Amino acid sequence: MKHWYKILSVILILYTLVWGLLNPVPRLDILNETIRNVYYHVPIWFAMLFMMAVSLIQSIQTLTKNKLDNDKKAYNAALVGFFFSIPGLTTGSIWAKYTWGTWWTFQDPKLNGVAISILIYLAYFILRFSVDDELKRARISAVYNVFAFVMMNVFIMILPRLTDSLHPGNGGNPAFSKYDMDSNMRLVFYPAVIGWVFFSYWLFEIKNRISFIKNKLDD
Amino acid sequence: MIVSLIKKELLLEFRQKSTIGGVIVYVIGTIFVSALCFKGKLDKPTWNALFWVITLFTSVTISGKSFLKETGGQALFNFLHYSPTQFIVAKILYNMVFMLVLSFITFFFYAFFIKNEVENLGLFFIVLILASTGLAAILSLMSAIASKASGNFAIMSILSFPVLMPLILVVIRISKQAVDGIEWAAVGFSFIGILVALNVLTITLSFLLFPYLWRD
Repeated sequence: MKHWYKILSVILILYTLVWGLLNPVPRLDILNETIRNVYYHVPIWFAMLFMMAVSLIQSIQTLTKNKLDNDKKAYNAALVGFFFSIPGLTTGSIWAKYTWGTWWTFQDPKLNGVAISILIYLAYFILRFSVDDELKRARISAVYNVFAFVMMNVFIMILPRLTDSLHPGNGGNPAFSKYDMDSNMRLVFYPAVIGWVFFSYWLFEIKNRISFIKNKLDD
Repeated sequence: MIVSLIKKELLLEFRQKSTIGGVIVYVIGTIFVSALCFKGKLDKPTWNALFWVITLFTSVTISGKSFLKETGGQALFNFLHYSPTQFIVAKILYNMVFMLVLSFITFFFYAFFIKNEVENLGLFFIVLILASTGLAAILSLMSAIASKASGNFAIMSILSFPVLMPLILVVIRISKQAVDGIEWAAVGFSFIGILVALNVLTITLSFLLFPYLWRD
């Protein structure tokens, strides 16, 4: 049963999609029903970060083992992670329109962090396109990936903790911090995180197989 | 070995007077254009932002070329004679010194042509020093990457701007405090701590990663 995580991810995501809309949630100021976004928006970001971490590990392995295989995987993981940033941004933006009254704001360090990390991965893709030699490309882009991942984490993990964020749970905003998320919400939130992370890994595996087949066809 | 490498860099820089002169003219030109555009009508946040934007662009332009000349025969020579860790440490140290001098020159002309809005000069200089060392360290590694990848200038800015953002945002915030003349007791020292940590982090990462860029 090597497909267990695929089945599990589909079941969990379907469950959270349905039960996330039906289950009772605490009534908080401003947030009200929009608190349900925590089931969709946050797990998608978790999946993206997970894929970026996979990409980082593959990049480190590219450097230590000097194998092209790992480089392909690092690229695929970055691609899937990048893909997840689109629904992550969209759900966040729509939610922000109803709670903060704007699609986008520069006041929030997390939003800036996300914008920067998208730029970083775009730069990573452009760097890959600009080098023709495969081995050289593998090494150079792995170095950039490792460096960029650390800088991105400085940005999205540390900076928001030092300045006030508009995000719920930061800076005294009503929130799903550990005090506000009740056990009902946890029943949906944690399965959603697991579901989306497994789903992203599934996509990653499919991308790997496609690039493997493409490689075979080229040879 | 590191000292001799730095010496070599300095010698090359001063032998080619066009580069060092060009840098200073570039800085003065940029500041003069900004001064004419704003005509002295800057409030404090704008003054602060403009200063760091100018510093950012100068540093990317200057550090961008720090590895560009290390190609072909020169690269082969370096590869045979130096170890990668020595080489990157020497490059970073040299770039740090260069950026320090350059940022103080920038500040001097900026204060001269536009005006000096800084009220807590001591704090501002601490930020200026930490910012220029941080910029130099990050840009050295980015320049090494860019020189390996076709080495055109566009790729240098594409690679560096996103990774410079954490540094620049912290710098802008703490430098705003210096411009506003906040008392020492109220200064956000955690931000200075982050700046130091970013410097250390970048140097460590360059030290670890550069050997992989070394062999070609």
